[in-house]
Amino acid sequence: MDKMPAWADVVLIPIISLILAGILSTLVILAIGENPLEAYKLMIEGALMRSAGWGYTLYYATNFMFTGLAVSVAFHARMFNIGGEGQAMLGGLGVALACLFIPWPHWSLAILGSSIGAALFGAAWALIPAYLQAKRGSHIVITTIMFNFIAAALLNYLLVGLLKPAGAMDPATAKFPEPTHLPTFQDMFATAETPLFRGAPANVSFFLALLACLLVWLLIWRTKLGYEIRAFGYSQSGAKYAGISGVKTIIIAMLISGGLAGMMAVNTTQGEAERLILNMTEGAGFIGIAVALMGRNHPFGVLLAAILFGFLYQGGAELALWTSIPRELIVVIQALVILFTGALDNMVRMPLEKLFLALRKKEA
Amino acid sequence: MDFLTILQVLDSTIRLATPLLLACLAGLFSERAGIFDIGLEGKMLAAAFFSAAVAYMTGSVWLGLLAGIAASMALSALHGIASITFQGNQLISGVAINFLAAGMTVLIAQDWFSQGGRTPSLTGAGRFNSITLPFAESLQSVPILGPIYHDLISGHTILVYVAFLMVPLTWWILFRTRFGLRLRAVGENPAAVDTAGVSVVGLRFAAVGICGILCGVAGAYLATALQAGFVKDMSAGRGYIALAALIFAKWRPWYALMSTMLFGFLQAIALRPDLIQNTIGVKVQVQLLDALPYILTVIILAGFVGKAIPPRAGGEPYVKER
Amino acid sequence: MSGTAPAIELKGISKAFGPVQANKDISIRVMPGTIHGIIGENGAGKSTLMSILYGFYKADKGEVFINGTKTEIPDSQAAIAAGIGMVFQHFKLVENFTVVENVILGAEDGAMLTPSIAKARKSLKQLAEEYELNVDPDAKIEDLSVGHQQRVEILKALYRQADILILDEPTGVLTPAEADHLFRILDNLRNEGKTIILITHKLREIMEYTDTVSVMRQGEMTATVKTAETSPEQLAELMVGRKVLLRVDKKPAAPGDVVLSVKDLKVTDGAGVERVKGISFDIRAGEIYGIAGVAGNGQSELMEVLGGMRTGTGTISLNGEPVDLTGKYSDGQSRRARGISHVPEDRHDEGLILDYTAWENTIFGYHRDPKWSSGPLMNNAAIIQEAEAKMQRFDVRPPIPTLKAKSFSGGNQQKIVLAREIEKNPDLLLVGQPTRGVDIGAIEFIHQEIIRLRDEGKAILLVSVELDEIRSLSDRIAVMFDGKIMGERDPETTDERELGLMMAGISEEPDKPAWKAVEENLEAVEHGEAPKHG
Repeated sequence: MDKMPAWADVVLIPIISLILAGILSTLVILAIGENPLEAYKLMIEGALMRSAGWGYTLYYATNFMFTGLAVSVAFHARMFNIGGEGQAMLGGLGVALACLFIPWPHWSLAILGSSIGAALFGAAWALIPAYLQAKRGSHIVITTIMFNFIAAALLNYLLVGLLKPAGAMDPATAKFPEPTHLPTFQDMFATAETPLFRGAPANVSFFLALLACLLVWLLIWRTKLGYEIRAFGYSQSGAKYAGISGVKTIIIAMLISGGLAGMMAVNTTQGEAERLILNMTEGAGFIGIAVALMGRNHPFGVLLAAILFGFLYQGGAELALWTSIPRELIVVIQALVILFTGALDNMVRMPLEKLFLALRKKEA
Repeated sequence: MDFLTILQVLDSTIRLATPLLLACLAGLFSERAGIFDIGLEGKMLAAAFFSAAVAYMTGSVWLGLLAGIAASMALSALHGIASITFQGNQLISGVAINFLAAGMTVLIAQDWFSQGGRTPSLTGAGRFNSITLPFAESLQSVPILGPIYHDLISGHTILVYVAFLMVPLTWWILFRTRFGLRLRAVGENPAAVDTAGVSVVGLRFAAVGICGILCGVAGAYLATALQAGFVKDMSAGRGYIALAALIFAKWRPWYALMSTMLFGFLQAIALRPDLIQNTIGVKVQVQLLDALPYILTVIILAGFVGKAIPPRAGGEPYVKER
Repeated sequence: MSGTAPAIELKGISKAFGPVQANKDISIRVMPGTIHGIIGENGAGKSTLMSILYGFYKADKGEVFINGTKTEIPDSQAAIAAGIGMVFQHFKLVENFTVVENVILGAEDGAMLTPSIAKARKSLKQLAEEYELNVDPDAKIEDLSVGHQQRVEILKALYRQADILILDEPTGVLTPAEADHLFRILDNLRNEGKTIILITHKLREIMEYTDTVSVMRQGEMTATVKTAETSPEQLAELMVGRKVLLRVDKKPAAPGDVVLSVKDLKVTDGAGVERVKGISFDIRAGEIYGIAGVAGNGQSELMEVLGGMRTGTGTISLNGEPVDLTGKYSDGQSRRARGISHVPEDRHDEGLILDYTAWENTIFGYHRDPKWSSGPLMNNAAIIQEAEAKMQRFDVRPPIPTLKAKSFSGGNQQKIVLAREIEKNPDLLLVGQPTRGVDIGAIEFIHQEIIRLRDEGKAILLVSVELDEIRSLSDRIAVMFDGKIMGERDPETTDERELGLMMAGISEEPDKPAWKAVEENLEAVEHGEAPKHG
């Protein structure tokens, strides 16, 4: 008998965890001498009350959807991929190479090319940790973190050397050519009479992320591969019994994960910066962990959690602009969300299970 | 390379290996008791900030050290509550702690000092200063041994000597005391400890607590001895490297000393690209040198240097079976 | 002795785990210097009751009296202080510690180890002499045989001055001879005035060795009687609540052509230890080939290599065609494609994904079958429909395909696995421990299904550590010991004694008591020598 109804597990626990994280964040804001109510008002106004705010919120949400999906696909195979950050950096490299060295006639073709480049490079960066985990049992958490550091060094090397245009000062590639520029929400939805999303970076890759959510859902819950990934994640010995290759499953799940993380770069690098810069990930790879945990590893949950974090990220930027609260507040909130929805899950779950049990006994 | 240059490199090996060694021993206590700790990094970072901040405000590095240990212990307690009391996922808890430390240190640093997330520089009694061992000056003229004693062994801060003394002490605690026997047992088979009438929860919290103290010392060393103040993200992956060193050391104290020395050595030569160029005759990219410890970590984890068997109950919360 | 207080008296013990009432108002009295049996089916609440007595769980209601004094037992420490020792079914030993380290763990004298170990060594020697409990104090647990590991558990209890010893299913992992030795030890302990509680589901042990017996059913104590005044039939009826057949009805086998032929099969495990040491046998259509043996003698590895979970060397052929033992086509998928179905020994970790629903489990291992897919996607509706039908046919309760596998009882979980494997209509069925942890009602059903498949002309390989099960189902019995087949016997002409000796790796030597020969053999195995075969 399940101890509590499915909806409580899927909806109630994340919401309670979120409230707990919110309360603690409020205390943090109080502790640094700011007014939490003012802060939240600023965040909501900046992120949700204007279309430009939404343009930023959804721009960030696009990143977090990709990285959140990346973490959750790996989670289904019981792999903890903390390497989203490095995989996204490599994805950025893939996007830059595709945009700089292939003469695309139109953005609609360019986005296909850059997506493939991003996914391939991101997947490649996940391949070595995946292989080492599958074949040699090397702890994937530590290897993927190491690959984040190595990716940063690699990107640094390329951007101050090979890929930097002659004479340029900052470590970045040249601007991508005009035909690769992606239409922003402003281009798509604003008209002369109703200016919308003015100056906001949200662009067409948001829809790419929505498509990714749908495809991941189909993959995990409707395909044989998804069945095998989940079976392997639940029980490795069971998978062996069923003739599901552990090595293959780990590697495929991690390749998909790395590819998704890499595709985040289409949004930031091609969609916004229109060139590859050093700090292109802005920590989105790590936020993917919180998004996946909060979204219960389900693409729909990831979508909602990504929008929530998009709001927090944009709101945090507003705070940093108008108050003395630094942007690191978002890192704290992210940590609290991971803590409550991930590590302290039982703290919320145990009392709830008792409550539902008591309710059921009363009914009986 | 002349003798003095070698001594210089080895000297900086010791300085750079010290925080790794402390963190590695911290992880050893925790993992030997069956609690994986990805959060070494965050604990060091928090300790680095609070030790520097308190040392700056009070002018006493010893109070700073205590503050650093307290901060690290607080995060340890959080890890214990999540992974022991509430039987949560130890990896996720560790990751959360790392982010919490990364965010909170900058947040508080900005609130207290408004210097862009760093503490003001420490001077005088706000830092651990190097100690000259007895007769170091007078023996310096003895060939070979004199310079080794004067340049390499003498002249470090007290925390370096503490770290090195922790190695035999850890060995003695683990293998010669009742507490050590129980600690190792709880990491191998907690049910055996439980049915023998000893508290699994108590032992594991004790181990996590010791881990907190050692990470606290490691973090304080970073900010008050190795450097003169806190800067954002100054732990720079040392917590993860210490974990790799721990695996390399097969969870044994003396091996931990050797493996952290190896990583310290790599970090030391990464600081001297000139030496490498002189020795091998090729200019090595500075980014490659920076990435070298991380690459070595991956190679070690890949098991190209021997297979390691972790404590059998590691990473799994203890749930009484029904 | 009317004036003596009972060693243990439980009054009105109740304990619930969530919605499950594991113990209901249980009262029991055990007199000192006796062996008291507690018998009941899996899940009857025996282990829960003993765990309460050992301070592992806290009772919701009820009182415990030790030697007439009301005693609170909030934790194991208190149980040990009250003189209670427990030998769990799954030993609670630290595998890479030595015997003496395990014995002193939690009972050390002072903070330093060296004096504690010296003291323990001395008293281990004494105990060994007193009770036939010989074990090398400096041997590592992982190097000891199961029988010796069990002795370490008993030594642990005695070192802590236990007067009351609880043993939970102590003979499940022992050869008959090892079990005999254990009961001699228990007899010695009783003669020294110790009180022993023996939890078992084996009627024979109760009848032979206990003074009194209590029967548990569904969390309740249904009777406590003097062993001399009861019969196996009466106890079985008390356990199940109705009359049960203790024998399986089956027609004589009508073997056909050879289906499975195994020649010189060798299997080496991950640690490089040879587990199956060159065995050969044939199984024909329409017969059940039973492999008896104590757990850990290579039977599991044999099943796993046949089921495609391990690699091996030698030759195997199915219906005359070779079967790959290594490489791409040696995995479970390939085996299934060849018509080999596999009911694995461990349904929790292998046969089922407990977090999957019943319907997802009904295609587990066969999920790549094109039947279940349309295009790239799986056809969930069809799978659910088929699952419903299977669950009906195998009487799985409740017959709800969307329920998670972990929500079913052991017997119903096993039926889900059997339904999946038998309904595939395989040429060869591998069955490991088909009734482990399964209630008696389901056991009958499962046995009937296996026999039905045999009667349809299929070949069946049965591995079980339950000698009774092997004897009642098999048409031919092979005994495995130390990775080799000791010989084949006809179930009609052999007896438990002969099989038991073979399980210990020996044939009879008339001038030596059987247990003595077993001892020597086990010692030889422990010290890495090749066991002698008589």
